[in-house]
Amino acid sequence: MSQPRLSALLSTALAGLLLASALIAAAGLGDTPRQMHFDARLTPPNLDFWFGTDALGRDVAARTLAGLTLSFWVGSLAALFGTLIALGMALTAMLGPRWDALVSLVIDTLLSVPHLLLLLMIAFALGGGTHAVIIAVALSHWPSLARVLRAELLHLRQAPYVQISQALGKSRGFIVRHHWIPQVLPHCLVGALLLFPHAVLHEAALSFLGVGLSAEQPAIGVLLGESMRHVSGGDWWLGVFPGAGLLLMVLCIQRLGETLRRAWAAR
Amino acid sequence: MPVICPLCVRLLRMALVLLCVAGLTFGLMLASPIDPIDAYLGPQIAQASTEQREMIAARWGFDQPPLVQFGHWLGQLASGEMGWSHVYNQPVSEVIAQRFQRSLALLGLAWLLSTLLGFALGVLAGVRDQSPLDRIINSYAYITAATPAFWLAMLGLLLFSVTLGWTPVCCAGPSGSLSDDLGLATRLHHLALPVATLTLLSTAPITLHTRARMRELMASPVATQAFAQGAGRWEVAWRHGARHACLPAITLACASLGELFGGVMLIEQVFAYPGLGRATVEAALRSDVPLLMAIALFTALLVSLGNATADGLYRLIDPRLRRQG
Repeated sequence: MSQPRLSALLSTALAGLLLASALIAAAGLGDTPRQMHFDARLTPPNLDFWFGTDALGRDVAARTLAGLTLSFWVGSLAALFGTLIALGMALTAMLGPRWDALVSLVIDTLLSVPHLLLLLMIAFALGGGTHAVIIAVALSHWPSLARVLRAELLHLRQAPYVQISQALGKSRGFIVRHHWIPQVLPHCLVGALLLFPHAVLHEAALSFLGVGLSAEQPAIGVLLGESMRHVSGGDWWLGVFPGAGLLLMVLCIQRLGETLRRAWAAR
Repeated sequence: MPVICPLCVRLLRMALVLLCVAGLTFGLMLASPIDPIDAYLGPQIAQASTEQREMIAARWGFDQPPLVQFGHWLGQLASGEMGWSHVYNQPVSEVIAQRFQRSLALLGLAWLLSTLLGFALGVLAGVRDQSPLDRIINSYAYITAATPAFWLAMLGLLLFSVTLGWTPVCCAGPSGSLSDDLGLATRLHHLALPVATLTLLSTAPITLHTRARMRELMASPVATQAFAQGAGRWEVAWRHGARHACLPAITLACASLGELFGGVMLIEQVFAYPGLGRATVEAALRSDVPLLMAIALFTALLVSLGNATADGLYRLIDPRLRRQG
């Protein structure tokens, strides 16, 4: 095995391992993220509390892990729904030139509002909370993927082997099953994985701004929002660790997505 | 004619998209749990009787069907009347004008610097594929693309403002001073850290794009020919590569205004910088519907103009596209 391939494989395995271990560790936390230790408020990192404690004496390490899991699930759901919407829209665009123009107009409209502002408005309209964040992220992230899928489908319709298949009298169902799905499904999967980091970062940003997940939930954005109040006191551990955890998770997912994309591109 | 017509089409399309944005914004606000009469009454909500509420609804047209309300709103917008912001207790147009002035400094500086820096890094990385420099720049781009903007801003605040004390902790000027009598040095001092954070975070797309273009060129017959004539790598990179890659970089920069505004919202929140981004967040948190709607339209106009500029630049500079019309 060549050296770049080996290092890519190793880093992918490491990324997967890190993600899995974070999720497993968070599953075993129980009530620790909400437990308060009033004798140990705002303590810097030490052997008992690796990432220190917050103003209510809660363990920042446990809260970070819980927050990462929350981000992971919210991101997964949002990426899944976003991909489904993108696929649906791309298929709608195939129905005819009018539908195509309509889908293009919707895409252009959504892309011309700044991304975060669109998220903010959707979350606002839905009244905030977990479901609002998931819906907002899903509703605002599909346009770029839909564009890719639409181009792919347009290309497929013109492809010689599909036209031959049609000329040979194969049914619509046969063409969809044997030609469309094998070609479009990988795009969807890779698209979903590449959508994930954006979804996670935007979820954290929304929660940080105060319109996302509710303040009682230990989400990364909420943790960082809380830590802003302690910045001028120099309590660095409150913000540094949760943010670093989020960065690491996004990097891991990026790595996995990239590897998957390359594996498919090589095929 | 062939030059003007695509422009007409483009402008019509932009108007249509903006109308859709207005519709989307209006629909979202209509769907929101905010009751416009409660918002209008504010603290006097307990004193209003049902009859008074009905009178208010009739006075402002809340009893009309949504489409009629939308028509009213558009008509008011067209005459320049955007409503009253209850958070800032000012007409919405004034809030936007004042705040955008401050944000413009942040947005413009970060936009210019990130474009230049991103382009320079992309060219440097693309000169030699897989060189140590290329690897470093590539990792930098991937890591910054994964970094939460508000987290980096907070780290900057912790390090430079709290620990080292080099930069101010918040706002656009010292507290208690009027924004009119601030010197340029004070303004820049308060802008330095927000602009630096935003610049660092916005370079990645342009860097990666320029790098890909450069790699493409360095492997092309043009480069091979130049090498055969005895030109060095850097010479080829500068003479052919930078020219080859600068147009896509500018286009990408124009099209990235929407993403940049998202960054401005987060950065202004962290640094308590009183610009348009912070006004947006305040409007959403405190249910200032007229302000939120106006900001959405205003930024959509900005982003659309950026996209149209990107498109126009391509047509203007690339003769092949111009001929196609």
